[in-house]
Amino acid sequence: MPQAQTIESAVNPNLVTPFINSVRDVFDKMAGVKITAQEPHLKAGKSTGHDISGIIGFSGAVAGSVVVSFPKAVAERLVEAFVRMPLECGTPDFVDAVGELVNMIAGSAKPYLGGVASISLPSVVIGQGYTVASMSSTPCVIIPCSSPHGDFAIELCIARQAGA
Amino acid sequence: MKVLVIDDSRAMRMILKTTLRELGHEVSEASNGQEGLDVLKSSGPFALALVDWNIPLVNGYEFVCKVRADPAYAAMKMVMVTTEVETSQVAKALGAGANEYVMKPFTKDILRDKIEMLAAA
Ligand SMILES: [Mg+2]
Repeated sequence: MPQAQTIESAVNPNLVTPFINSVRDVFDKMAGVKITAQEPHLKAGKSTGHDISGIIGFSGAVAGSVVVSFPKAVAERLVEAFVRMPLECGTPDFVDAVGELVNMIAGSAKPYLGGVASISLPSVVIGQGYTVASMSSTPCVIIPCSSPHGDFAIELCIARQAGA
Repeated sequence: MKVLVIDDSRAMRMILKTTLRELGHEVSEASNGQEGLDVLKSSGPFALALVDWNIPLVNGYEFVCKVRADPAYAAMKMVMVTTEVETSQVAKALGAGANEYVMKPFTKDILRDKIEMLAAA
């Protein structure tokens, strides 16, 4: 199979669209913030995410991981809009808020991915040095997101499981 | 009305507390089901409890069962606050005596409508 076709088919709209819808819905309803999703693209290389990352694992009919990654200043403003009070980056309450946001985004997308999947509790990583290990066969798709408070990204490293 | 919010996430409690206060309610909070039962005893009665499914010690479902087993709380309405993920669990909670559920994400209007609907019932 030519390489170009492999890459093109990897950005599977059936998996990407539910996350675009859920991130917009979560921020609109919970924080009154309008999110615009840009064109999804395949992640090039092993570039790390932004300063603050919320990570959720999927298993079952869809497996892999979903990371929502924010620059620090953007995370602080979005969290403030979410809980309606300023929280200092890295405090337990801030981490809890990022975890809740990511849990809601993954949880709202999940029913639209097809098949029965379960999601893990969210983990929140502060700092850029992480690499999310993914199955080598699963390409990662980046959904760049814009908001009035700045840009962030959703990284989808999930795939439908054959026979699941 | 007097509302009890039970959620292990402090962020969710902050959000619910702020929203409910804006809607004119008096709010108490608990971070797990056991604490929720303790608050009912010490500061009750409450007209309404908003209950997260995933809470430690006594989980949301067990909380609903325990409350419904005690006639002292018969008048208290219970609303499960849940993500879409937990729909099968919502059915279980409704079967056990929860009155309604609110799906996360929610808006202030959704919350207000559910509460008004319950108050009128
Ligand atoms: Mg919880």
